[in-house]
Amino acid sequence: MFQSLGKYILLLNLSFRKPEKFKVYWAEVMREMVSVGIGSLGIISIISLFIGAATTIQVAFQLSSPLVPRSIAGSIARDSTILEFSPTISSLVLAGRVGSSIASQIGTMRVTEQIDALEIMGVNAPGYLIAPKIIAGVTMVPLLVIASIALGITGGWIACILSGDVSPADYIAGVQGGFNGLTVRVALVKAAVFGFIIASICAYQGFYTSGGALEVGQSATRGVVYSCVMILFADLVITRLML
Amino acid sequence: MIEVKDIYKTFGENEVLKGISAKFVAGKNNLIIGGSGSGKTTLLKCIVGLHDPTKGQVFFNDENFTEMDFTQRVPIRTEIGMLFQNSALFDSMTVEENIMFPLNLFTQQSKEEKLDRANFCLKRVNLEGKNKLYPSELSGGMKKRVGIARAISMQPKYLFVDEPNSGLDPKTSILIDELINELTEEYKITTVIVTHDMNSVMGIGDHIVFLHNGQKWWEGSNHEIAHTDNKELNSFVFASKFMQAAKEKL
Repeated sequence: MFQSLGKYILLLNLSFRKPEKFKVYWAEVMREMVSVGIGSLGIISIISLFIGAATTIQVAFQLSSPLVPRSIAGSIARDSTILEFSPTISSLVLAGRVGSSIASQIGTMRVTEQIDALEIMGVNAPGYLIAPKIIAGVTMVPLLVIASIALGITGGWIACILSGDVSPADYIAGVQGGFNGLTVRVALVKAAVFGFIIASICAYQGFYTSGGALEVGQSATRGVVYSCVMILFADLVITRLML
Repeated sequence: MIEVKDIYKTFGENEVLKGISAKFVAGKNNLIIGGSGSGKTTLLKCIVGLHDPTKGQVFFNDENFTEMDFTQRVPIRTEIGMLFQNSALFDSMTVEENIMFPLNLFTQQSKEEKLDRANFCLKRVNLEGKNKLYPSELSGGMKKRVGIARAISMQPKYLFVDEPNSGLDPKTSILIDELINELTEEYKITTVIVTHDMNSVMGIGDHIVFLHNGQKWWEGSNHEIAHTDNKELNSFVFASKFMQAAKEKL
């Protein structure tokens, strides 16, 4: 385990060496940002809308007491969405979508000698392949989480209209009342850390793939599993430290 | 000139190279031949720095390549072109982008100059007009030729070729051999080829190093190979009835 941790840290160190030509690396960063950000927007939108709707209905069901104001469903759904559902569940989904893609792409490049070809040319392969993916992860996952929060809260509002469990006016009042900006800061910190975890762990798994197609698949699976575990662990640590 | 001195390479308990020393002649085709598992590709990867030798040194024009760090190796690496066994073209790039890739990173040329160079390299390997194709749209022989075009795009001093004929039909194999030979002569490149194709050995083997069980067993030219009394080399080179018949005629 310590050997793997050491290799992981060394790989990260190599990844952030001075690039051979900034312009070429910048183009790669932009390409990865589009792939991670725009490419994941569809799935993130769908899960956010449904999770927001389901959360609101469940909270309304659990707090169906005449002593509790109906607007509380809005504030609980908002805080749950901002603090946990949007950053964590979105990141777990992204680990599957983006992480497996990163690990299998780099793993395939390794077993087909494309990484060797980069090294022969004098290109810092970790820098060219991994750094743009990490930068894209750290920048685009927070943006996706912001979109997820907005869509999650919208999903709750739609659920209120369709189910009638809570009136839309009560829901909106709950969403607006007692808002604490710290929750958004926590969500963004989580998102940036999770983006780093997904990109770096999956890239590490892909970069040290050896063998053939079977091993590429195994690397992708390991990348997703380790990313998910580390996301949940980091979630706990950040929540404890910031709240 | 490239020189390897007393190269050992071990993977775990498995000692693949056992003290190989050899000089590869400048401006000529240098072939590394040997049976499967004899350490040919491992030696090639030690020379180009993809593997670090367990012991021993590699010299490029008397510069100790083995003792250099990544940054120190970059100037030599920009003088190296390599054709991999499976071509190792970048899947996400077109033929043209593959060839222009090292130019984008290591030269200050304008886009037009880079395009001109890519077109020249493609013309040189008889693939004019294939600029916009992706590697998945190319045949095995075409991939090899694009690999060669990419390898020569930076006008290398050294060309390394790993199994250029693997997976190719005999006619395409000969075309690839001829192309490598022409480039070597035309640009005075020091070429090192790993192969077990006997047509290549007899056709373009200016200087041949024969490996057996991770050791250098024989060294000489393709003219000398037919008259050697080295038992292992004879059983390797003249294993087929066709080659035995050819030897008798020599």
